[in-house]
Amino acid sequence: MHNEHIDKHFNDRNVTEMSSDYYLVGIEDYPSDNWGRFKRILKRSFRGELFVGLWVVLREMIRFDIHTVRYPEEKMPIGPRYRAIHQMKRLWESDTERCIGCGLCEKICISNCIRIDTKLDENSRKEVSEYSINLGRCIFCGYCAEVCPELAITHGGEYENASDQREHFTMYQDMLTPLDKMRAGTQVEFEGFGSITPHEDERVKKTPLAY
Amino acid sequence: MEMAYLIETVIKIVVVLLIFSALAGIGTYFERKVLAFMQRRLGPVNVGPFGLLQVAADGIKLFTKEDIVPTNVVGAVFKIAPVITAATAFMAAAAIPFLPSFTLFGYEVHPIVADINIGILYILGIMGVGLYGPLLGGMASANKFSLISAARGAAVFISYEVITGLSILAPIMMVGSLSLIDFNEYQAGGFSDWIVWSQPVAFILFWIAAFAETGRTPFHLIANDHEIIDGFGTEYSGMRWGLFFIGEYANMFFISFVISLIFLGGYGDGSLLGALGLLGKVAFFFFFFLWTRAAWPDVRPDQLMWLCWKVLMPIAVLNILITAIVMM
Repeated sequence: MHNEHIDKHFNDRNVTEMSSDYYLVGIEDYPSDNWGRFKRILKRSFRGELFVGLWVVLREMIRFDIHTVRYPEEKMPIGPRYRAIHQMKRLWESDTERCIGCGLCEKICISNCIRIDTKLDENSRKEVSEYSINLGRCIFCGYCAEVCPELAITHGGEYENASDQREHFTMYQDMLTPLDKMRAGTQVEFEGFGSITPHEDERVKKTPLAY
Repeated sequence: MEMAYLIETVIKIVVVLLIFSALAGIGTYFERKVLAFMQRRLGPVNVGPFGLLQVAADGIKLFTKEDIVPTNVVGAVFKIAPVITAATAFMAAAAIPFLPSFTLFGYEVHPIVADINIGILYILGIMGVGLYGPLLGGMASANKFSLISAARGAAVFISYEVITGLSILAPIMMVGSLSLIDFNEYQAGGFSDWIVWSQPVAFILFWIAAFAETGRTPFHLIANDHEIIDGFGTEYSGMRWGLFFIGEYANMFFISFVISLIFLGGYGDGSLLGALGLLGKVAFFFFFFLWTRAAWPDVRPDQLMWLCWKVLMPIAVLNILITAIVMM
């Protein structure tokens, strides 16, 4: 069913009041007779557009405003929500691992690249004994970080993970924030999926007990 | 005396060959740098200071690369084609005076390999023979893109030979000689004697045709990288491809010399300033080849033919007629 209203709404979806300086470009009709074609040739030949092109590139050469990023030496800044290799965070208070071994990340992982194994330690607490991420399969969707109830697994900013093997695993110990970094207080909280949004404290309400 | 002449000529040939082979390499460096700066990039920077040794790196790569002759190609023709391109480019240089004559250790040197009295005719003829490089290479390659390139090459070269010949006829009528040295002497009076002032139309036409003859960007459709994958060069690798490359860049330098000598006064009165002036003019024309590559789009083959036969050739003929009437 053809709906004109929806069509119009769809076609004008980018035209808002903010961008009211949109205007239609005046496109002339193609000439139909030979005299018109001849006039078009003359106009195109003598309008000097070729020299405009020459001037533009020469101006850029003289201005010498180079935009090259010399990659291995220089790097572009990446956004805080960038989803690169995962990191395992520690608790600020006790430096212990945040991961409680719930296995949600393994469950939700849509490419089945997370493998987690847990056991009970000597204090009868659940402890992560094996944890690995197959980066050859990981599609960096961010579901694991989003689902993690403890903000334990997050994404980091390390994207230089080219390897000579297709299957490049990352082990738990490699992802875990090192203790010296923890003591220096430089563990960076992730701002992407699953992280605490700003002003989270004001939004917390009292738990209703009278159900 | 005969022996001395022979030795002198051989030395000149070797010097021209070495200098322009090296210039072809350095020309690629300048092309990459100029294009990069015009597109706000840096160009080659990693090999050597300012990337200057990139030329050497490319040379090593070309020389050590495996020389592949694919199956189904016509072997002998395939192998000889790049040699034709490079050889004809350098043969054309024989009649070009690169500098005014100077005295070296009490011996007068004429920096022209052979001052023949049909210089321009010889240069245009040899550059026309240069067509056989892309044509034979493209036809022998057993590759459809190369074949398209060969067909385009034949069409473009033959069409623009007409423009080159006709446009240059008017200056030849004025000078009354075909030797480039005579052309230079004709304009030796200085800036106001340059043929470009009396023959501006011929100058523009010859300049346009030079782009077609060397296959540079507005008319780059013989070896159009984005359209027919480098055309006749598709199946070539290593130094065979390098010979095509050297031939193309040497052609650019030589045609720049020819334009400067015919229309822009050449080396003038033969002083040091005149010699530097000639090199400056050549440098400008070479730079212009790179400049247009950054600025202008390619035209279609049919547009190129249209431009040649319906616009440039009538103008060239009219130019000859008007020159003849004025001279009478």
